[in-house]
Parts: sequence; structure tokens; C-alpha cells
Amino acid sequence: MAHSATSALMANPWNDPEAQPFIRIQGVSKSFGDYVAVNKIDLDIYQGELFSLLGGSGCGKTTLLRMLAGFETPTEGKIFIDGVDMSSIPPYERPVNMMFQSYALFPHMSVEQNVAFGLKQDGVPKKEIAERVAAILDMVQMGKFASRKPHQLSGGQRQRVALARALVKEPKVLLLDEPLGALDKKLREKTQFELVNIQERIGITFIVVTHDQEEAMTMSTRMAVMNQGMIEQVGSPVEVYEYPATRFVGEFIGSANMFEGTVVEEATDHAVVRCPELDADIFINHATNLPPGAPVVAMVRPEKMKAQVEKPESQYNYVRGVVTEIAYLGDMSIYHVRLATGMVVQISQTNLRHTAEQRLTWDDEVYLTWHPGNCVVLAQ
Amino acid sequence: MNEISTRVSSVAMTTGEQSVPESRRHRARRSLAVARSGRAGRMLVTALPYLWLVLFFLIPFAIVFKISFSESIRAIPPYAPLFEMVDDTFLQIRLNLANYMMLFEDRLYLAAYLNSIKIAAISTLVCLLIGYPMAYGIARSSKAVRNGLLMLIILPFWTSFLIRVYAWIGLLKNEGLINNFLLWLGLIDQPLPMLYTPFAVYVGIVYSYLPFMILPLYATLEKMDMSLLEAAADLGCKPFKAFLTITLPLSLPGIVAGSLLVFIPAVGEFVIPDLLGGPSTLMIGKVLWTDFFNNRDWPLASAVAVAMLVLLVVPIMLFQRYQQRAEEAKR
Amino acid sequence: MNTGRRSVWLLTAMILGYAFLYGPILSLIVYSFNESRLVTVWGGFSTKWYGELLQNQKLLDAAFLSLKIAALTATGAVVLGTLAALVLVRFGRFRGRTLFSGMVTAPLVMPEVITGLALLLLFVALEQLVGWPSGRSMTTIVLAHVTFTMAFVTVVVQSRLAQMDRSIEEAAMDLGARPFKVFMVITLPMIAPSLIAAWLLAFTLSLDDLVIASFVSGPGSTTLPMVVFSSVRLGVTPEINALATIIVALVAVGILVAARIQHRQDKQREKDMQRAYASE
Repeated sequence: MAHSATSALMANPWNDPEAQPFIRIQGVSKSFGDYVAVNKIDLDIYQGELFSLLGGSGCGKTTLLRMLAGFETPTEGKIFIDGVDMSSIPPYERPVNMMFQSYALFPHMSVEQNVAFGLKQDGVPKKEIAERVAAILDMVQMGKFASRKPHQLSGGQRQRVALARALVKEPKVLLLDEPLGALDKKLREKTQFELVNIQERIGITFIVVTHDQEEAMTMSTRMAVMNQGMIEQVGSPVEVYEYPATRFVGEFIGSANMFEGTVVEEATDHAVVRCPELDADIFINHATNLPPGAPVVAMVRPEKMKAQVEKPESQYNYVRGVVTEIAYLGDMSIYHVRLATGMVVQISQTNLRHTAEQRLTWDDEVYLTWHPGNCVVLAQ
Repeated sequence: MNEISTRVSSVAMTTGEQSVPESRRHRARRSLAVARSGRAGRMLVTALPYLWLVLFFLIPFAIVFKISFSESIRAIPPYAPLFEMVDDTFLQIRLNLANYMMLFEDRLYLAAYLNSIKIAAISTLVCLLIGYPMAYGIARSSKAVRNGLLMLIILPFWTSFLIRVYAWIGLLKNEGLINNFLLWLGLIDQPLPMLYTPFAVYVGIVYSYLPFMILPLYATLEKMDMSLLEAAADLGCKPFKAFLTITLPLSLPGIVAGSLLVFIPAVGEFVIPDLLGGPSTLMIGKVLWTDFFNNRDWPLASAVAVAMLVLLVVPIMLFQRYQQRAEEAKR
Repeated sequence: MNTGRRSVWLLTAMILGYAFLYGPILSLIVYSFNESRLVTVWGGFSTKWYGELLQNQKLLDAAFLSLKIAALTATGAVVLGTLAALVLVRFGRFRGRTLFSGMVTAPLVMPEVITGLALLLLFVALEQLVGWPSGRSMTTIVLAHVTFTMAFVTVVVQSRLAQMDRSIEEAAMDLGARPFKVFMVITLPMIAPSLIAAWLLAFTLSLDDLVIASFVSGPGSTTLPMVVFSSVRLGVTPEINALATIIVALVAVGILVAARIQHRQDKQREKDMQRAYASE
């Protein structure tokens, strides 16, 4: 939703077999003693992407980012940026810059000096430094704070300075480690869009590490969901949400109802899955490419389910239960529906009207149904 | 050197995927050189303090050990060489165990040795008993006062140790302040002999080393989460019991560190027993001093030093383990 | 709080503790203004001992020498101790690290008589072997003092380095500064306060040392503690009281000024931060 119409029209290079990846991560592993932080990762990232590495703490996302920056050396594998092998290139010679989670502003230097630091290291002439620093500070709306010290800035202002400092060198890649982690919720939402706008304006490839799925979904062109040092899935936010590749991804991003079962029918245009938990079989309107008898998990997102009082006419895709919990969130409500087997299914409904008249209430007996296209079958 | 660098960079090139443009190849070579110079810098940074400590700390102990086996002679320096070439053909090693025999045979040394341990141990205990409530009180005082109170503990440390010991002479003398005060109160009718007694040595050691006990104790107590005690109270634990079962165990690292910081140097203390103790207050540090300066028996003094080190090796290693753990905890 | 009784008990312990720490120092100060040479008798207020102190050329010479030694020692110890701290905090594991960290911390507790004797024997052996240092002098004292004070410097700097946010240095490197530049431009300014503290600590330790200096000093190099020691060995001397008062006064003023500056900086900082957040 963050992308303007023009960028949506832009070709997606990752779907183009001819396109050369800008960053190529090949079989990269990193172990600290016995602990494997990153496990044989292969990943291609293209020019101009805003790519997110998403995962819980300890999933290896930060280690991967630090290897891109050059602060950690891969135990195995290679990283190429713009075709150059980074193995022997120290951090201070890499064409990448990083925005740190703690912002890492130099406490003894003013905003201006902080931003000028990188250019000074490159021996850029004084006059040009002054111009570029002023321009970038204007861009992040920090121009009037140029002479302040970091401790005289609020969290949001520090974040902008950190961004300006990393961007002013015009790196080929900008690495952002939890760029919004230290901000409060309101500011975070506002800043997400600003970051995306800046990225689109300057066209630098961004790689963002985050544990916040909303952040990743809002900002990314594509994202990699990581778990235990490995990548579970790479894809656009829509792909990852609607078509998770693994059970972990399905459960990690958004909420999901998971029905364990087996394939009982498999054809080119449909499949049927039988779950012992459910009264009815699940019908899917595409092939699963799994043989009958294969154990699977059928996933249906809560918002894809509809509740109704009458028994549905179809022989597929419904469950019957009793409403046991209601969480009213304002814009929508979440209901827990307990099935006869004891399994609890979650559904969510948008609250379109003020009154609660036609909403569900406790102890309502309901049928939950879903469209055959809204179920994802995952191999177990 | 140059050869290696070209070889390494050519390896880097052949393992690279496509043919690398000229400019990048150049860059890769430069980076390798940079990485190597980084390693050289690290070596240099390590080598400087390392070599200094080996030369001025490690080797001296080896020399002490060596000289403890030689014979005292009237010469400059006053010890016989351990190794000697005889007729330019034989290397003669004269190992002289007499110094160590002396330590065991002469009752003076054994008594001094044991007495030092006793005095240091008791002083450590007294320091702990005085220091713990003080450290606890400072840690629990309000933030505004805390820094001031802490500063008052550190301040004596910045003034001369020698002069602080000297102050006790004026206080403990027969005609000193304390005796005068007690006489004036009528508690005693003739001066209590305090100076030049073991008591004065205890007072001096406790007084001088008290800050070393309080500071590590304070550091652990200050870090302690007060809500732990509230949780204990909430669960029905009485204050004293809470102190015994929560505060005390949690401050154990501070107790150990403080005790070692007092005990180890106190064992080898010289100034305090010399100024405040009488001739009967034997301590090993004073014995070493006398052997060295008065008797000019360097080998015997060395043997005394070795014996003292043997005693202190375990506490010193304990202290280092604590120190390392404390540093790791900070990271 | 239901701990009123305990507070009273604690308060008493603290008052007694501080009285114990400061009573002797106070008595020194009071009697430094005593007209009479005897501690027993209060002979009226007088500053004559300060006058005599200033006439005592031997003591003044020793004091000057000690200050010189302390300044050289502190400077050397800060350089070596900071390097050692850097190695311990930043370089991770390397071969010989255990020995290194052992050698760094051991002097903290090593009895001075042992260190003094060991260093003297080293200097004698070195002189026999390579002819340097020739004889015992100020040089040998400085070398010895650097060795035992650098341990304290290392501890002070080490704890500051360990608390420092590593990513600040990484950010500098990421922006193109090489390790040496990072150290000079980022690390050093950030640990500067601890370097000053460490320098002062090493300075004081050197100024205060009697035992090690006694072992490694030569005929021409008598330090202040050595002069003080030989005069107090003979009993109470009011001149030393006067000297003690001057030292205590200097230290107290120094600490007060430092605390004042610190306090003002903290206040300013707090105000700045409040203003920054209010402006958002």
C-alpha cells in the first residue's frame, strides 16, 4: 500500500530470469562456536529493492546484515555486491552503509559533524561536504538542528540524523537494523512511509532487518522470512501472507487456523483434504501436487472465514462450533469458535456499523465457511 | 611480502565468478593489504603492553625464584652466581637450598608466616563486618546523597596512605588522644598501652584497607534489584530472613572480591606493622624488608618472597577469576 | 516503610564507620595548627609548622622529585594500560590471552614488598647483562611505578570500554574510517573522562608509594614518602601533620571541583534532553 502507482508499474526484476541480482548471497553460513547463527543461506536482491529480513530474535537476520556490512566474516559462502566479492573487503571499504538499531550517533559531535563524518573519510572537498550535508539534512527535515548534539535530540530526530548520515555517502546499499524499533507506535507508522518515500526518491537498495511483520509488510518490495538461521520463504508481502510456503511462515505472519489432515483426492484442477478435526472435507480449487494419503496442513486465515447461522448447502468447507470468546478491537472483532472436537478456530470480522445487532455473541452456534480459493495446503 | 599479496589476490580472482574488471582487481588487492595492516596494528597494540608486562612483571619473578637458590656473599650484587663455567668447559650449577631450609628451621620465619595469615584474616573479617553495613547503607540511600557518601569513601584513598597510618601514632600513643580522652572520662587511671601492639596493627590494616572492602560490596549491592526484597516481603518473608536468603547470597561476589582485595596485600603488608607494631609483631613483609635492607641477604629475602607467593597463589587466582567474570558480566 | 528500627541501626553503623575513616584525618589537621610540638598539649593556634615545612629543603626536593615521577608514571601507565584494556575488551581470544590478563590484574593485589624486590633484582640483572639501567635512579622508579599502576589504569579503562556502545565504533568504520582513525576520532574522545580518572589514579598511587620506591631507588632519588617515612619512624612530627593537611586540602578541593563540574554537566544534559523531547 506504500507504493505509488508508478512503482507498481515498475517491472519486478526478481521475476525476470535475465535480470542480474545486485546483491548475491551464496551459501553463506556463520557459526559462533557451536552455535550456528546463519545456516547456508542463498539469496538474491535486486537493484532498487526495499528488501526486509523478517524473523524473531535469534533467527540470524542481524548476523546476516552484519555480514553484508562486513562486521562479521562468513564461516562459509560468499557475498557479492554489484558483482564484487566482499570476502576480503573490510567494512570501511564496502560500498554499503548501515543505520544502526541504537542509531550509534557519535555523542561528542554535532548533527552536522555526524553527517559529514563519512564524507570526510573519503576526502571529499570541504565545500562539497557542506553542500551535501545541508541537502541531506533538509531532506530529512533536520536542517535547523544541524548544530545540536545527539543528546539534545528526541528519538525521532536521532533516527533522522542516523538515516541522513548513512545516506549522505550515497552507498550502493543501505542496511537498516530495526530502523524504527526505538520509536513509539504512532511515530513508527508515520516514519515507515517516510522511509519508503525516501527510498523511492533516491533509488538506493535498502535492506531492512525487522522483527515487526507489519513494518515489513508495509515497506518491502520483497521480504525473507527467517527462522533458526535459515530462510523459510522469500516473496512479496502479498505472496508471503496469502501463500506461505511453510507452516512456520503461515503462523509467524498474521494469524492462521491450521487443520492437520491428509489428501484424499488430487486432480489437476482441485484437491480434497480430510481433517479428523472437522465435520466436512476441505475442497481446494487447485492442485496440491501431493499424492493422496500425504499428510498436510490446511491453512485458512481468520478474515477469510464467514460465519452464518444456517447450515451451508455445500458438502465442503465448513465447520460448526460455538462462540466462546470475543475480542472487540474497534475496527474489527475477533471471535473464538470452539468445535465439537475441542479445537478452537479464530475468525475476524470487520465492524462495518456502530451497533452490535448483527454481530455474533457468546454461545451463538455458528457455521464457519470459506471459499475454496482461500485455503492454502502445506506439506507437513 | 609483495609476492604473497599478488598470489593471494590471484587466488581471489580465480575463485571469483566472472572475470573481474581491472579496477576491481586493484581494489581487491588493496583491501587485502589493508586487512593485513589491520592485523599488524592489532599485533602492535597487543605486543606493547604484553612485552612490557613480560619484562617487568613475569621475568622479575623468575629472577626472584632463581636468586632464592643462590648463596649470599659480600659482593655487588650480594649473591653468588647460580651458573658458572668451570675452565670454560663445564657448566656448573650451584643450587643452594639453604635459604629454604632456613625458612623451616628458624622459628622466626614460620611464626611470621603464620602470624601474617592470622592478622590478615582477622583484619579481613573486621573490614567485612564494618564495611558491609556501610556499603549497604550507601547503596540504599537516596540518589542525591549516594554519590557524596561514596566520594567520602574514596577520598581517603586519594590522600597519602603513609600519612593515614601515621595519624594513628598520634591517636594510639600512651600520651595520645585516645588515652587522654579515656583518662579524662575516668574510665582508666593509667594509659592503656596500644601503640606497638598487635592491636595497633589490626587497627591500621582495617583502617587502611576498609575502602577496598566497601567499594566492591557497594558495587554488587547497588546493582541489586530492590523489587526482589519487595517480592520476598510480598511472599511473606521477614526482613532479616530476606536479608539472609536474598541480599547476602546476591552480594557474595562483592564479599569475595572485597575480602581478597584486603587479605592478599595485608599478608605482605610492611608499613603498618613497621610503624604501629612493636618488635614482637612479626609479619612476613617486615621480615623480608629486614632481611633485604638491614641484613643485605638478597637470596634469603627472595626465598621469603617465593614462600609468600606460594601462599598467595590461590587467593590471587581466585581474585583474577572474579575480576574476569565481573568484566564479562559488563558486556 | 516498616524498617524504621533497621534504619536507625544502619545509620548508627554508617556514622561510626565514617567517624572511623575521618577521625584520624581530622586529628592530623587539627594538630597541624598546634603551637606545641606535643600531641598531648594544645599550645594554641599557630601556622608555624607550615612555615617550617616550607623551609625543609630536603622534603621539598623529595616532593618535587615525587611529582615528577608521578607525572611521568601516570602518562606512561595510561598509554600502556589503555592499550592493555583495548586488547582485553576488543581483541577477543588469542593465544596467550590468559597469561596476559593474569599479568594485568595480578599487580592489583600483589604485596608491594614482592613487586619491589622482584623489580630491583630485574634491574640489577639487566644492568649486569646489558648495562642498562645503570644504577638505580628516577628512571628505575618510573619503570617500576608504571608497571604496578598500569593495572589500575587497565581496570578503569576496561570497564568504560566494556560499557561503550560497540555500534558507535562500527558506525564510524562503516562510514569509511579505518581502525586507527576510529580509535583516535571516536573511541578516545568517548573514553576521555576515564583516561583522566585513570591518569589521576596512577599519579596518586605513584606519589603515595613507599615500598616499591624504597627497593628500586638509588642514592640520589629519595621520594617524598621515603622522607616522610624516615621522619615518622622517629615519632610524631607536626611538620608531617602540616603536609598531611595540605594534601587532604588539595585532594578535597580537587574532588569538589570535579564533582561540581560533573553535576553542572549532568544538569545541563538533563535540561537539553527535556527540551529535545518537548520540542517534538
